Amino acid sequence: MTNSYLIIMILIMIAVTQALRFIPFLIFGGNRETPKYVEYLGKVLPYAIMGMLVVFCLKGVSITGPTHGIPELISVAVVAALQVWKRNTLISILCGTVCYMILIQFVF
Amino acid sequence: MKANAKAKITKKDLRRAFIKTIPVLTGYLVLGIGYGIIMQVKGFGILWALGLSLFLFAGSMQFVAIGLLTGGASLLTTALTTLAVNARHLFYGISMVDKYKNARRKPFLIFALTDETYALVSNSLDTDKMEEGERDNYFFLVSFFDWIYWSTGTAIGCLAGSVLHFNTAGIDFALTALFVSIFVEQWIETRDHTAAITGVLASILMLLVFGADNFLIPAMILIAVALTVMRKKKGITNEGGGEND
Repeated sequence: MTNSYLIIMILIMIAVTQALRFIPFLIFGGNRETPKYVEYLGKVLPYAIMGMLVVFCLKGVSITGPTHGIPELISVAVVAALQVWKRNTLISILCGTVCYMILIQFVF
Repeated sequence: MKANAKAKITKKDLRRAFIKTIPVLTGYLVLGIGYGIIMQVKGFGILWALGLSLFLFAGSMQFVAIGLLTGGASLLTTALTTLAVNARHLFYGISMVDKYKNARRKPFLIFALTDETYALVSNSLDTDKMEEGERDNYFFLVSFFDWIYWSTGTAIGCLAGSVLHFNTAGIDFALTALFVSIFVEQWIETRDHTAAITGVLASILMLLVFGADNFLIPAMILIAVALTVMRKKKGITNEGGGEND
C-alpha cells in the first residue's frame, strides 16, 4: 500500500474520531442555554458510563478460561474494598494493580 | 462569563492535576510503549506511531488501526470501524456540554477527551469543590498531561522497545482499577444509584447478547433509552447529582 493511501486512512480515522468528540458541543454548545434533557444526561451519564467502562475493561475475562477470571475478580474486589475503607483513589489503584500483576505473573 | 475565570496555572493546580492523573500516567505509559513496539514491529517508524498518538489520541482505536493499516482496509471500512470503536465519545461529549460550556481552551479539551480523561473531568465530586478558574485549569491540565503521557509512552516504545525487559504483564490493570475506584467513590457519595446500576446492567446484558466485540454501541443505546424513560417517569430528580442537588 502506498504511503499516501495510508495517510488518507489515518486522516479519515482522525476526522471520524474528532467528529464524534466535537458533534455534541457543536449541536448543544454555543451560548444558548443547554437543553434540560442534555443537562439531565450530563448529570446521570457519568455514573452509567463509569459502570459501562468497568464492564468494557473486563469484557475479555473468560470464566471458562485458564484462570477462570479469578485474578480479575480478586483485584477488582481489592480496589473496591480499599476505596470503601480508605477513600483514596490512588491507594486503591496502586494496590489493586500490584495485586493483579502478582496474581497473573506468579500465582496463575 | 466571569472575569476571574482567567486564572493563571499555579503550582497547586499542577500538583493536583498530576496526582489525579498518576493512574493514567502508569496505564498510558505502559500501553503507549506497547503500542510503539507493535508499530515498530509492523514496520511503521516513530513518525507514524507518534503522529497517530498526537493527532488521533484514541488508545483502543489506535490498536485497531494497526490491523486496518496493515490489512489494506478500504476507506469505507476504515470510516465505519472508527465510528463503531469510538461512538462512545458521543456520550462523553453530551455529558460534558454543560461542564465545558464556559471553559477556556475548549477546542483542546474536546480534542483530548479520551476515556480516562473523561473519567477524571466528569467526576463532579472533584470539580464541584473548585472555583471556576481552578476548574478551568484542572480540565486543561488533566487533558494535557494525559495527552503527553500517551505520546511519551509511544515514543519510548518506538525508540527503546527492544531493550525493555521489565515484566509489565498486568500493569494495564491500572486503567480498570481507575474506573472501578471512581465507580465505587461515586456510589458512596450518592444516594440514588439508578444511573450506576443501569450502566452496569445494560452493559452486561448487551455483552451477553452481542459478545465482547460488538456490545458497546447496543449498550450505549440501551443506557440512553433507559435513562430517558426513567427521566420521563420521575421527572428530573436529584439522581446522581450528589447531596447538594
